[in-house]
Amino acid sequence: MTTTTRTPATANGRPYHGVGDRFRLWWDAQARPTQWLIGIPFIVFVALLPVLRISVLTTVGTDFGSVMAQFGMIALVAIGLNVVVGQAGLLDLGYVGFYAIGAYTVALLTSPDSPWNLTDQWLSQRWAWLFCVPIAIAITAISGLLLGSPTLRLRGDYLAIVTLGFGEIVRLLADNLTTITGGGQGLKKVAYPRVGVSEQHPDGVFSAGNSNPPWNSGLWWFWLSIVLIIVVLLVVGNLERSRVGRAWVAIREDEDAAEIMGVPTFKFKLWAFVIGAGIGGLSGALYAGQVQFVVPTNFNVVNSMFFLCAVVLGGQGNKLGVILGAFVIVYLPNFFLGRTDLFGIPIDGDTIASYKYLFFGLALIVLMIFRPQGLLPARQKLLAYSRQLYQAARRAALAGDGGARRTPAVADGPVDGPEGPEPKEGGER
Amino acid sequence: MSALLLPDVLASAHTTLAADGVIDFNTDRLFSSFWSLTVDGLTYGAIYALIAVGYTLVYGVLRLINFAHSEIFMLGMFGQYAVLWALGFVPRGDVYSEGTALTVMYLLIAMIGGMVVSGGAAVGLERVAYRPLRRRGAPSLTFLITAIGASFVLQEFVHFVLPKLTGGNFGGTTAQQPIRLVQETTVFTVFGADVSNVDIVVVVAALVLAFLVDRFVNATKFGRGIRAVAQDPVTATLMGVSRERVIMLTFLLGGLLAGAAAMLYCLKIPNGIIYSGGFILGIKAFAAAVLGGIGNLRGALLGGLLLGVMELYGQALFGTEWRDVVAFVVLVLVLLFRPTGILGESLGRARA
Repeated sequence: MTTTTRTPATANGRPYHGVGDRFRLWWDAQARPTQWLIGIPFIVFVALLPVLRISVLTTVGTDFGSVMAQFGMIALVAIGLNVVVGQAGLLDLGYVGFYAIGAYTVALLTSPDSPWNLTDQWLSQRWAWLFCVPIAIAITAISGLLLGSPTLRLRGDYLAIVTLGFGEIVRLLADNLTTITGGGQGLKKVAYPRVGVSEQHPDGVFSAGNSNPPWNSGLWWFWLSIVLIIVVLLVVGNLERSRVGRAWVAIREDEDAAEIMGVPTFKFKLWAFVIGAGIGGLSGALYAGQVQFVVPTNFNVVNSMFFLCAVVLGGQGNKLGVILGAFVIVYLPNFFLGRTDLFGIPIDGDTIASYKYLFFGLALIVLMIFRPQGLLPARQKLLAYSRQLYQAARRAALAGDGGARRTPAVADGPVDGPEGPEPKEGGER
Repeated sequence: MSALLLPDVLASAHTTLAADGVIDFNTDRLFSSFWSLTVDGLTYGAIYALIAVGYTLVYGVLRLINFAHSEIFMLGMFGQYAVLWALGFVPRGDVYSEGTALTVMYLLIAMIGGMVVSGGAAVGLERVAYRPLRRRGAPSLTFLITAIGASFVLQEFVHFVLPKLTGGNFGGTTAQQPIRLVQETTVFTVFGADVSNVDIVVVVAALVLAFLVDRFVNATKFGRGIRAVAQDPVTATLMGVSRERVIMLTFLLGGLLAGAAAMLYCLKIPNGIIYSGGFILGIKAFAAAVLGGIGNLRGALLGGLLLGVMELYGQALFGTEWRDVVAFVVLVLVLLFRPTGILGESLGRARA
């Protein structure tokens, strides 16, 4: 994705900034504590959505808590896939394979149907899930390494097809190795975190049996996934601002140029693959725990496309964008499910919900033509010393010309005017 | 993919395999039924080859993997089915016996129907989805994502919308009830392998079509245009070749062959007509195209036949349920060790 879209210039030659860019500039100029101060209430608000159950937002056909739990899971997947597709620019159509490996790792280690079940012998049911999550992440990351090290020499389209093949192979293995994975019957009674055991919840709050809204298992899984999303975002965000992240951007924009400039492209592509795979494995483990039942049909290629849809729709390369994308693809079908009227207009919600792939397909085609960068596009921005620079830029923009030159970090930089250090619009994907 | 399972050869072996369900390594089975596997493999391979031509032509001209080509094939299956329906055939348990001449004629009409539907769909897809992207100079990954979107749209169209439009006669969640015009009977045996009339029809039809396309691309004015654009789009445009027309022609050609392949496939597997029926076949055909050298017409033919045969050998060796795995592993291995395929990428190589 290397097209360069130029900022439409306004009459006086200053670059035009939309609402989004102005918000971004303002946000980037805030100090870390201020950002957290604004961010935390927002996160708390989102976390409490299933409890508040605002009538406009709540789903009818399925429980809102479990919809949000599903959203949390897909958001994690989208963040992981975004590392591979959005940040490093490697189109991975078999990402569901990693998701499946993560889910199957947990299931194989904790399901009583599996030959490798550990919960009978020494692992207590109480801690089994938590114990398996790091194993799932590690095994998935290793599988990412195994898949990546031979295939990442391929480029673009070929890589996409090979990863597609990988995703199918994983699913077919799960389907065919019946003595280990149970084949089409799947693995039942996968462990989940047993927390908050009480009279009311004999199996803990995360159990699927806890189905009394609003404080049901969906809500607890949603909260758990929010915590995991924040942790993963911090890790990925730090990576993005590090040498690794800069290498990814370079590879994404022009692999040959990056190689010539001394970026070990293969190594960093492999890193993207492994990290993306690890996050996919984490999400798969979350899935296995939440559903407590894994079958191969849940991991077919269509799901890969679904994940890709979240990333492309939200905005490749933008972490918050892909979370929005995940929300849209999970929430919208569920919003229509079971709904018979919308703002007084009678609709057949179930039919609309069953058409979801049709609509996502159309959305992909239309998006690629009119807005290939997605809903919340990624912007090229400075990855080091950015805060100082953005603050200076903002001060300068507020105070008029000359303000930017007082900051030493700016004086040496490529800043020649008040609009210089603002986030550039060009070069996003 | 149960529709693709080999009917008789491996039936007994399959039951024992399903019982234990781990990978076994049955060389006896491979050697004992080697020739019948080869015959069946060539039949499937011929179908893969015809679909693969569509991938190869589009890739040669546009450097684009037309991911939605499998759905074009799927539409072709429905197209030929609808034509048979329009001719007055209805799905029923037994096989129609119309006599050889009439059957051949009906099949030809059905094939043309499938070709028209597939060709039209391919050109329409190019118009609606790809042309706007080319105008905008979009990068290749954008094309691929669009193709995935188009693939979704076509599948779901047949899944949900088509039954509404046709009063539930076509499309929907389940496979179409088969309309069978030809009873599969053994015509002769080679090295103890039965060769059925369907096998002969499929392989001969595929070879004839492949030959015609090869002549078309290598010996006509239109074909020269295709090769010119594949070789160097800018120079070709300067020399007066209309790139847009060549691209349209390429999609049309690929679509026509997919439609023909759809008819042949339905002859072999009468109950494979379902909205999701093109997907796996499409990936295999793509694997075949890559195996032979994507962008290379003869490569597509060679790759298709090879993949069909290898798949069945693998199936005999490891068990029926590993057939798709064999195809994917072949694809991955080819891409890893020889990404340009056996014959290399050469649609653009000038010879005329």
